[in-house]
Amino acid sequence: MKVKSTSTKIGDAVFVIICILISIICIVPMLNLAARSLSGTEFLIRHEVYIWPKGFNLEAYQTVLSDPKYQRAFVWTAFLTLVCTLLSLTMTALCAYPLIFPKLKGRGFINVLITITMFFNAGTIPNYLLMSDLHLLENPLVLIIPACLSIYNMIIMRSFFYGIPDSLRESAEIDGASHIKVLWKIYIPLSKPVFASLALFYAVGRWNGYGDALMYIKTQKQYFPLQLLLYNILNNVNAVEVAAQEGFMQPGLKDSLKAATVMFATVPILLIYPWLQRYFIAGVTMGAVKE
Amino acid sequence: MAKVKTYTDDNGNNIIVKTGITWGQSFKKYWQLYLLLLLPIAYLLIFKYTPMRYIVVAFKEYKLNMPLKEMPWATTNKQVDYFKYFKKAFQNPDFLRALRNTVKLNLLDLICGFPAPIIFALILNELCFKRFKKVVQTIAYMPHFLSWVIIASLVSHLFATNDGLVNQMINYLGGESISFLGDPTNWVRTYVAAGVWQNFGWGSIIYLAAIAGINTELYEAASVDGAGRFKKMWHITLPGIKPTIVVLLIMNLGYIMGGGFERPFAMKNNLVMENAEVISTFVYKVGIQQLKFPLTTAVGLFQSVVGLFFLLTANTISRKLGERGIW
Repeated sequence: MKVKSTSTKIGDAVFVIICILISIICIVPMLNLAARSLSGTEFLIRHEVYIWPKGFNLEAYQTVLSDPKYQRAFVWTAFLTLVCTLLSLTMTALCAYPLIFPKLKGRGFINVLITITMFFNAGTIPNYLLMSDLHLLENPLVLIIPACLSIYNMIIMRSFFYGIPDSLRESAEIDGASHIKVLWKIYIPLSKPVFASLALFYAVGRWNGYGDALMYIKTQKQYFPLQLLLYNILNNVNAVEVAAQEGFMQPGLKDSLKAATVMFATVPILLIYPWLQRYFIAGVTMGAVKE
Repeated sequence: MAKVKTYTDDNGNNIIVKTGITWGQSFKKYWQLYLLLLLPIAYLLIFKYTPMRYIVVAFKEYKLNMPLKEMPWATTNKQVDYFKYFKKAFQNPDFLRALRNTVKLNLLDLICGFPAPIIFALILNELCFKRFKKVVQTIAYMPHFLSWVIIASLVSHLFATNDGLVNQMINYLGGESISFLGDPTNWVRTYVAAGVWQNFGWGSIIYLAAIAGINTELYEAASVDGAGRFKKMWHITLPGIKPTIVVLLIMNLGYIMGGGFERPFAMKNNLVMENAEVISTFVYKVGIQQLKFPLTTAVGLFQSVVGLFFLLTANTISRKLGERGIW
């Protein structure tokens, strides 16, 4: 063990302080939000709430949690996220697995087909017109199907599959296992890390997304995901209408109530992601590794 | 047909070698794989390729409830004028403004947002307490998991002119309140800062992985030679991650015409539209809300084609430099 010189120790301390400052910058906005959601109205009106609640109360949360509209949006978004994640993972595996077979005829063509979609996008309006022709406008399926396969994620999974030794596959094939069985019994069980990582990517994308709902669903408000509901409330879109619809009597919401609503939509992901850190780091890194 | 390669041996005889397999053999051997591919390929064809058919709307007069084929071509003074809506777009001050803003905001994002993860990764690399490092990382990844609706709401509270935390701090230190969100120039700064805040931690993952791949013997040798912390950072770490930096920089340059929708849409407000309207929000407003389909399809096509050009250029440069492109 080498003894550290004083200047090295000072250097270490400086970097620790910088990191603490960075962490504070990351956390303060969330603390401020949490404090507002837990504070009394009179303190909020006087702008006295910083990062610690004043006049602590849980009223805002009680209101939000007992509001059937929020409960419904929460359950609907959770359901949507679950379905999207499962479907997307399935589609990703279905696309990635066959493409690792070097002798598969047509593989090159399919790769080209896939690559083109990464470079060229028809644009917002052609997509909108397609949804219209497929009768997907105002249809909850529009929040599930059009984004059910991400090519970037497929490439990540494929490079993970490439890393699994061919010998495993070949010996199973010699034992008479079919390709589908090999996928199911060997590749998927060995790929838990990449599945965890991609599940997180897909789930976060769906939970946080609102652009598709904004474009494709206008009248069927029961299908609004939580984030779109939130956007409408925070931006007072049709303030009176929204307030009446969402079960609040007075137009314009109390600040603490808005803050509690935002917390309500954020906390689930914040509770999950730290536990998957190991996996998503692997996922991000794999996306950049040479094949 | 199987691929056939013909060689000539030393005696001048032709030797025919079959490489690869025929379609028939492939189907027989791999039919299950083709079955698995059915759904993904159907997805690609329907949701990625069929929309391209609708690009033709940019060259037509849009009629509701009329099949694409029967729609008449765009006309000016009863003369067929395929590029009418492209001309209109470039005469439209709102579009020109959106185009300018798209490039401007993307460039600023690149200038401020690109170095941030690199600097953060270098700082993290200097931490010697493993647990502390892990905690800092976890915290720094957090903003990436927030939706833009939520970030916009956080920003609007923190940077509010009267009671925002930031302005209260400025007041406390004796400064005057700054209109971060109401003044167009300041709004751009806030917008870019929010982007940096959201992405610096997440973006550092890739650089940390690259740093982890650097041979530790280099550091030891440098220490023996008496190199200090910053010398090692400058002469070992940075050169070690240079390939990663170059590829990511080039690919990011390729996306200069691109632009998400959710971030500008969530962060814009009516006071700053002169700087906040970008192509994606313009297309939403004029296309989906005002139903001017040909004009906005033309705008989208322009964006896609220019974007394609930038991406291909970036990819070619990246490959020339011996690095991997995105294909």
